[in-house]
Amino acid sequence: MENARAKRFHHLLFIGPAVVFFALIVVIPFFMSLYYSFTEWNGVSTTVTWIGIENYKKILFHDPDYYKAFMFTFRYAIVSVVLTNVVGFLLALLLTQALKLRNVLRTIFFMPNVIGGLLLGFIWSFIFVKGFATIGEKTGIPFFNLPWLGDAPTAFWGVIIVTVWKGAGYIMVIYIAGLSNVPKDMLEAARIDGASRLQSLRRITLPLIMPSITVCLFLTLSWGFKVFDLIMSLTKGGPFNSTESVSLNIYQEAFRNNALGLGSAKAVIFFLIVALITVIQVSVTKKREVES
Amino acid sequence: MDAYRKYSARLFSLEALGVLIALVFLVPFYFVLTNSFKSFAELSQNTMSLPKAFSFHNYEEVWKIMKFPKVFLNSLIITVASNVGLVVISAMAAYRMVRNNNWVNKVLFLLFVSAMIIPFESIMIPLVKLAGMIGLLNETWGVVVCYFGFGVSLNLFLYHGFVKSIPLEVEEAAIVDGCSVFGLFWRIVFPLLKPITVTIVLLNSLWIWNDFLLPLLIISGPETRTIPLATYSFFGQYTKQWDLALAALTLGVLPIILFFLGMQKHIIEGITAGSVKG
Repeated sequence: MENARAKRFHHLLFIGPAVVFFALIVVIPFFMSLYYSFTEWNGVSTTVTWIGIENYKKILFHDPDYYKAFMFTFRYAIVSVVLTNVVGFLLALLLTQALKLRNVLRTIFFMPNVIGGLLLGFIWSFIFVKGFATIGEKTGIPFFNLPWLGDAPTAFWGVIIVTVWKGAGYIMVIYIAGLSNVPKDMLEAARIDGASRLQSLRRITLPLIMPSITVCLFLTLSWGFKVFDLIMSLTKGGPFNSTESVSLNIYQEAFRNNALGLGSAKAVIFFLIVALITVIQVSVTKKREVES
Repeated sequence: MDAYRKYSARLFSLEALGVLIALVFLVPFYFVLTNSFKSFAELSQNTMSLPKAFSFHNYEEVWKIMKFPKVFLNSLIITVASNVGLVVISAMAAYRMVRNNNWVNKVLFLLFVSAMIIPFESIMIPLVKLAGMIGLLNETWGVVVCYFGFGVSLNLFLYHGFVKSIPLEVEEAAIVDGCSVFGLFWRIVFPLLKPITVTIVLLNSLWIWNDFLLPLLIISGPETRTIPLATYSFFGQYTKQWDLALAALTLGVLPIILFFLGMQKHIIEGITAGSVKG
């Protein structure tokens, strides 16, 4: 058996590296972020001036752009969470039927997800700018002749379309797993008792797949709040900053305007809101889970 | 008989619906692929048609401009090295933490897990500063070290759950046979962790291969660029040159699509397993 000294040594060797990298890359920067949020610092000079809560005051009272970015991010997150989950769930319902092409369809629906947000954004900027224009010209359908990325309201929906296209397949996979765990005999019993498809979906299936719903809401919400790559390549936050997300705003503030203190304060506020929403969301959905 | 026919018709219409949706999902791929073979003039005329001739001219240009083999290799090295390191450090730590579940390890585990809530954007500003201080900037291994830090939480969490399900008897027998602590872990325990290791490697690979913001902050020179970075800078230079841009996008997307098609069974299983636990 290990003696006490050997045990301490092995402990260090097994757990040490994980702790070191984690502390260096996540924990220390996290606390540095808190510190810098109370300072004025341009990143280049060595002088970091302590200015107390000035940055926070500035953000709360004199920064309409940050506020606007938050409003966009909230709206974007809510709409994309709802649509991605609805589309993903419907696709899952479809693919849990005894279709012959089930596997091929699953592959196709999932495929957009493996492409990174940046490349996806570029792909879709081509579709919106060039592809839609041609389709509109040939078919005359007004939908394709909209200004899409050039106008604030349509740019918002453009970003949503790409988000749902990317995320629905992933969410679908999780719902498929949930749906295949719903006991067949329960659905059968309901059918014999004269329940319609819709009724058994609402009264049996949905309560039983609550764990999957928790996971999916959690995932899509966190994707929604952290959106960066896609916006960067699809709209660059435009037109007129209308699709600038919080993470893009933080990035611009810190690395374009070189206001790293102010950027850190924005980052801290962002963290607090993301943490709060995650905790609320998980505790609310966990409560509604049903034991099967 | 009647019921059977009705059922079949319903299934057939669902099948048709599925195919229709799949076509909508595939339309963007069609546009990018077909137009990447066209000349600029042809592309400007009509983006819906098939190319008149399959010319690889755009691809030859882009291959050179982007230094594609180089950036591909950079992406590959970063993804592989990060994966190897992450698997080693998180499997070892998770194993030890489960087997010595004292209060220190309980607190540590809680810390690792709760850190998953921190968005990257919230710590990226000091990270760049810190990376500069310890010489990680513009280095391939610097990016890898950052991935060690950002990936270890989730990886450790997944391993932790899995190690718990491994019976102690196997290890006890090995100890009786005089196996060292390391031999025990690497020869007996680690092979048993294979299913979760596959899941972890696949999830990490998709994340790291596609990641853009972290390399954007750490890497500045053209020599260490990854595929997303090279694509980004390519679009900065050739803004409206869709003929070249689409060839660049196809090249950029191709490796990960092929990877997915080859590994899709494992990837989809991994997501299911990872999410049910998460």
